[in-house]
Amino acid sequence: MGIYKKTLLAPVFQENPIGVQILGICSALAVTTKLETAFVMCVAVIFVTAFSSLTISLIRSQIPGSIRIIVEMAVIASLVIIVDEFLQAFAYGLSKQLSVFVGLIITNCIVLGRAEAVALKKPPGISFVDGIGNGLGYSVMLLSVAFFRELLGTGRLFGYPVLLTQVVGGWYSPNGFFLLAPSGFIIVGLLIWALRTWKPELREEEE
Amino acid sequence: MIEHYLSIILKAVFVENLALAFFLGMCTFIAVSKKLETAIGLGFAVIAVMTITIPVNNLIFNHVLKEGALLWAGIPSVDLTFLGLIIYISVIAALVQILEMALDRYVPVLYTSLGIFLPLITVNCAILGGSLFMVERDYDFVESVIYGFGAGAGWALAIIALAGIREKMQYSNVPKGLRGAGIIFIVSGLMAMAFMLFSGIQL
Repeated sequence: MGIYKKTLLAPVFQENPIGVQILGICSALAVTTKLETAFVMCVAVIFVTAFSSLTISLIRSQIPGSIRIIVEMAVIASLVIIVDEFLQAFAYGLSKQLSVFVGLIITNCIVLGRAEAVALKKPPGISFVDGIGNGLGYSVMLLSVAFFRELLGTGRLFGYPVLLTQVVGGWYSPNGFFLLAPSGFIIVGLLIWALRTWKPELREEEE
Repeated sequence: MIEHYLSIILKAVFVENLALAFFLGMCTFIAVSKKLETAIGLGFAVIAVMTITIPVNNLIFNHVLKEGALLWAGIPSVDLTFLGLIIYISVIAALVQILEMALDRYVPVLYTSLGIFLPLITVNCAILGGSLFMVERDYDFVESVIYGFGAGAGWALAIIALAGIREKMQYSNVPKGLRGAGIIFIVSGLMAMAFMLFSGIQL
């Protein structure tokens, strides 16, 4: 049981895909202006990483090495199509807001990275757990970025007012900058800084 | 007509820069921007691949996948849009492979300089993102050629600029925990802020 727990929890902080390995950043920045979209994106990514790792691990001994990337892409793309169709059917508004970024889970480096690094070598059970773990690590980072952006940008969390804005007679004046693209970069930069100050062993060597 | 095309290209390069406004292709953007030379090589490879893949995906979308597009084959009621994602990514992977082989055969000089970057491009989300935006915005064929070139050029511009800044940054004294990835994000954030100035332009 120990190894499963370790595989599940290691990617959340110690080997965080976004903060430490710098993978899967595109979507992390684009969908984080609101917690709601970020949350949906997290669920979608956890689903895709977990099941692509499981599927690829199940057929790993049948995949010829030379065409493995195409096979992995086909598995991942099929899973993403399922997610996309599901969102369009049951949460049309959200799928419009996420626009192309659901489709871009295909090229999310975390998914392909896990397929290459783990699913091709290890048995299905552990690959599945590893997929969930990496999805969770991605989610932790995504939700913390979205938390700051939505709170400071609009004074709301999940759409509910938390800081009373001046428009409704409160004291907080929303900082629209946090809804714009540059703030995403800067918040991720500061979060990486915080993570590396907390765990100094993650620092990069001098270039 | 010319103004319309000019506005598409200017919008794609500056106002809606794929890297700095939509955060696409970030992994390669961060990983391959250490040296100016490699950044320039990758930048040109991206321009070439986008200028080819986006129009090809445009043709496939308009003549095969779109609802009612199969009229020429006698089956007008088929809607294959749900296959879009898997088709676009296969087209990109295949075209990158073909481009690699063609360059190797006919322009070996270019092949050796772009060589290692071409396979990397398949998983660059800027390429797939470009195709998806093309579908979302309903561009026709000529527009898609122009959009592909513009979007690629914008991405190349961003990565070359970042690589230039990073080379200069080696002389600066950055706080320990911020070194490496952290500072690069903040620098890109500042670049994105600079690019935001273009967003006020009405085209």
